[in-house]
Amino acid sequence: MPRDDVTAETRQSFTKVGTRPLRPDGVDKVTGRARFGADMAAPGMLIGKVLRSPHAHARIRSIDTSKAEALPGVKAVVTRDDFANRTDELRDILVNVMAREKALYEGHAVAAVAAVSAAVARKALRLIEVDYELLPHVIDVEEAMRPDSVLLHDDMFTAGVDPVPDQPSNVAKRCEFGHGEVEKGFAEADIVIERSFRTEASHQGYIEPHACLASVGADGQGELWCCTQGHFMVRDTCAALLGMDVSRLRVIASEIGGGFGGKTTVFIEPVALTLSRKAGRPVKLVMTRDEVFRASGPTASTSVWVRIGVTKDGRITAGEAVLKYQGGAFAGSPVEPGAMTAFACYDLENVRAIGYDVVTNRPKQAAYRAPGAPMAAFAVESVVAELADRIGMDPIEFRLKNASREGTRSAYGPTFGPIGLVETLKAAKAHPHYSAPLGNNQGRGVASGFWFNFGGQTCVSLNINIDGTVGLAVGTPDIGGSRASMCLMAAEELGIEYDRVRVIVADTSSLGFNDVTDGSRVTFASGMATIQAARDAVKKLCARAARMWDIPEDAVVWEGGYAKPAGANAGDFQPLSLRDIAAAAAKTGGPIAGHWEFNAENAGPSFATHIVDAEVDPETGRTSILRYTVVQDAGKAVHPSYVEGQFQGGAAQGIGWALNEEYIYGADGKLQNPGFLDYRMPVASDLPMIDTVIVEVPNPGHPYGVRGVGETSIVPPLAAVANAVSAAAGVRLTSLPMSPPKILAALEAEKGAQAAE
Amino acid sequence: MRYEAPERVETAVSLLSGERGLARILAGGTDLLVQLKSGMVEPDLIVDIKKIPEMRRIGAENGGFRIGAAVPSAELSEHPGIRALWPGVVEAAGLIGSTQIQGRATIVGNLCNASPAADSVPAMIVAGAIATVAGPQGRRELPVEAIAAGPGQTSLAKGELVISIFLPGRPPRSGDAYLRFIPRTEMDIAVVGVGVSLTLGEDGLCTAARVALGAVAVRALLVDEAADALIGTAVDEAALERLAAAASAACRPIDDKRGTKEFRIKVAGVLARRAAETALERARRN
Amino acid sequence: MAGHHVSTTINGDAFEFVCEPDETLLDVLRDRLSLTGSKEGCGTGDCGACSVILDGRLVCSCLVLGAEAEGRTIATIEGMADGDRLHPLQRKFLEHAALQCGICTPGILVAAKALLEKHPDPSETEIRYWLAGNLCRCTGYDKIVRAVLDAAAEIREGRDAA
Repeated sequence: MPRDDVTAETRQSFTKVGTRPLRPDGVDKVTGRARFGADMAAPGMLIGKVLRSPHAHARIRSIDTSKAEALPGVKAVVTRDDFANRTDELRDILVNVMAREKALYEGHAVAAVAAVSAAVARKALRLIEVDYELLPHVIDVEEAMRPDSVLLHDDMFTAGVDPVPDQPSNVAKRCEFGHGEVEKGFAEADIVIERSFRTEASHQGYIEPHACLASVGADGQGELWCCTQGHFMVRDTCAALLGMDVSRLRVIASEIGGGFGGKTTVFIEPVALTLSRKAGRPVKLVMTRDEVFRASGPTASTSVWVRIGVTKDGRITAGEAVLKYQGGAFAGSPVEPGAMTAFACYDLENVRAIGYDVVTNRPKQAAYRAPGAPMAAFAVESVVAELADRIGMDPIEFRLKNASREGTRSAYGPTFGPIGLVETLKAAKAHPHYSAPLGNNQGRGVASGFWFNFGGQTCVSLNINIDGTVGLAVGTPDIGGSRASMCLMAAEELGIEYDRVRVIVADTSSLGFNDVTDGSRVTFASGMATIQAARDAVKKLCARAARMWDIPEDAVVWEGGYAKPAGANAGDFQPLSLRDIAAAAAKTGGPIAGHWEFNAENAGPSFATHIVDAEVDPETGRTSILRYTVVQDAGKAVHPSYVEGQFQGGAAQGIGWALNEEYIYGADGKLQNPGFLDYRMPVASDLPMIDTVIVEVPNPGHPYGVRGVGETSIVPPLAAVANAVSAAAGVRLTSLPMSPPKILAALEAEKGAQAAE
Repeated sequence: MRYEAPERVETAVSLLSGERGLARILAGGTDLLVQLKSGMVEPDLIVDIKKIPEMRRIGAENGGFRIGAAVPSAELSEHPGIRALWPGVVEAAGLIGSTQIQGRATIVGNLCNASPAADSVPAMIVAGAIATVAGPQGRRELPVEAIAAGPGQTSLAKGELVISIFLPGRPPRSGDAYLRFIPRTEMDIAVVGVGVSLTLGEDGLCTAARVALGAVAVRALLVDEAADALIGTAVDEAALERLAAAASAACRPIDDKRGTKEFRIKVAGVLARRAAETALERARRN
Repeated sequence: MAGHHVSTTINGDAFEFVCEPDETLLDVLRDRLSLTGSKEGCGTGDCGACSVILDGRLVCSCLVLGAEAEGRTIATIEGMADGDRLHPLQRKFLEHAALQCGICTPGILVAAKALLEKHPDPSETEIRYWLAGNLCRCTGYDKIVRAVLDAAAEIREGRDAA
């Protein structure tokens, strides 16, 4: 009998999984054939453009669209009046999509037009008259928390505080995690270090701007083509905002040109649909890069205070952190995962992390790869490095001594099952990089990181075709090669060749609901659903073989891609291949398909340890990254090349965030660097090769042991780079990005302090 | 908006001087198209000068080279004669943007865009480069440092355009260099830029020098005090020290998204010294 | 605005189109000629996703006016493969998993092709600096650089053998 149990024992040997075949969507992507968000057109299509607030904070007294509407070629203009107000959990999304009473940040959408050409649409935007009453603004997280700060929302009363405050504030929520007695722990410590850290907002920086093509007919049926990490989420959100039945809106996910969490919500999609409904024609809406920076969702800027105590022999006695994250104009900064992950790498008796979710006049943050965790790890791992240095212990030894392992009660509550932190630390220590010599002005940094990983709602369908090939439909957009992994897992289960499986990302009308591609969940959850759907199909294949042989179904087994009689008693039959059974399907009961739908749980957490060498020019404060090694637990690497790719990509983004990327605001509350020129992401010449080591500690929650790998890789680099730069410069850097002016100022201050001594 | 691509300088001049609205010259377009895209300028006329043969040429002249206004930076980098004579100018031009930008951007465009941070300008200034300007009144010549008036502003009159740059010949034992500071390795606008050109006598002492700074004032600065720190010396440690101090002292920078005042002042000195060291090494080889 | 009638050669084929004077070559390729392989990541020449080769020079098509294409020769990603035979760079990008999302891939391939035509044996550093104008946010460039090195080696071997 085929195995039926979701958490079947972890397989040890594979014939397909773990190999590196070419990805199924590869040729389309190297020839320019792949269609991304902005690559679609429709007959009669209009071009949509959005008018955005030039002010950081302003009351919108009135909007006059009459001149724009009168411009020849303009087919629809929409404002807040075209969206029904709501008071439920979608209210913030609605208000972010189209401003209502106030413009809450520079770039906030206030109106939109659809016209026969981009030029007419741009002209129409200039004819819309918005009467703004300017309000004072607040950008900085600490300033926003002050009692006398400008308020964004009169009805924001801090949640998570007992009793509920009687005054509104910009603090949406307080949260707290931990256990033990922190003060008692600090009393036991020989050395206590406390420090404050700052990080600036960074953007996911996907190269593809948000883009969509919406079409709503007079019958109220709609179609939407868009680049998103979750088209089912887009469908449900847009249907709700437009007051449509979910079944009347079909969303097709285009190829997606990067997301990293930033395409897990809606921005322009409801606007395009509303314009299309009003105009009665398809509307294409594509953000400019400037709009992406000003009006999509960067991550939070943060202020984090950390205190850690150790004994002389290197045991951490207590850890404490206070984290303040501003997440833009609405509640929902990732401070909670920040507070939960801050101390997740350590087995602590006494630990406490308190988080504050703060609003400011900035764009509403969106998820960014392990949301909230890199900033917390930056603070904690910086102090850990300093403590190891202070007690004269090797930083990896120090971490090993305190590392979380199976059975550790995590700092955020649950007890860890089998996890791979210790294995990553040992592999890092054994790596030649760790013992390589360093030159003048060079330093080495190490940091570890953790991410929960996620499972979530998942539905796949697997069809056996008449020629024995397999069509697999998943509902999770492929943002980094996941289709190759799906094919590998289906082929593994079915015992057929990799290239006999063809996979698509199906539209929302073709599958049950699928959660967004986030939480590093796709290879884990869609992969598990694929395995289960394949097993479901195998069951049916065995039943067909039984019918062909005229023996009972339970007398057939599936082995190595063939149906075989279960034993000598079952009869003497030549094994039937998947192709044989498929060819006979019409005569044995019709099409053969496997399905699986579930809410995946037990996504095993993933840990990583990074090593980085940096050189700092003492005269200019400029940093060069010389060498970088990522060691991370993947549980089981299904397609090792794409696992390595996730490791390298996370490291590169983290290096950028650590060194040069930041949202720079002027005193007027306006973003000063909304372009790739001055939002300085790493270019090819900024980086060395990024070595990778894949550690495999199987996740018992997945039939092959898979753990998500996409997010953990961005957790350690901020701290690892800070530790390397601090070692190279001889002065501790506590504020990101560590741009040259900041490093040079720290060096000069250190020189001044030494001279004064 | 009209697009015109004349084939003669005179036609370009008459188009530019005849336009009643806003006219813009299109050479490489790497600044102009960005400005168009952002809505920063909305010209009524664009005059593409790339079809004018004399603007496309590099020619040897009196021991130096004349570079047409439409010659892209990549062609400069590929020109062995210019690379040998003025390596600092070539390396400065080669720093403007990516490989893709190099295929289009011109040093005249860089000059006339009048950004204080233009990379090729300090290098051209220390080279003593001369711009030839054509206009309704005919042609005139002026040193490149006289072109930029302030950020985005030039001294050119309506209807005038720079048609070429002349890089002069130079005595033996001369060398130049340009260095800029950027946070990344590529693709940034200079936070500070320094050009140095110097000539050594047979005794190894510096007989002539020019030092220019970019991105530290409203336009590129030719700093005589910094040059004086080198002239008459063996460009030794003490001279370099004085050079760095003079370069820093000449800065009149602002705080902006690319750097602080203090940072620019300090780094201008550091780069001046480093550029001088490279120029010195080149001079000794020539 | 008066439309410009432009005759040009793209990937070896003659094309004619009419465009507005302020329309970029990228807009023309994508919106008028349905050659959507060139991507717009920024529109300001900072990302390289729209890279094409114009009369033998690598350029950002977002920084070229459509009107400038008159009489010129343009190569885009759509012309890189020879029918169903991929260019060695395209093949090596697949073999090395040098793409994740794939949005930057066409621009990087066009840029890398321009590099190898000029420098058949580039060093890692030369590749990194040549490609500095092509942003990739997914890969950290490691596998891209390896794929270009490998493709260069294969092309050289092919030439030596021929």
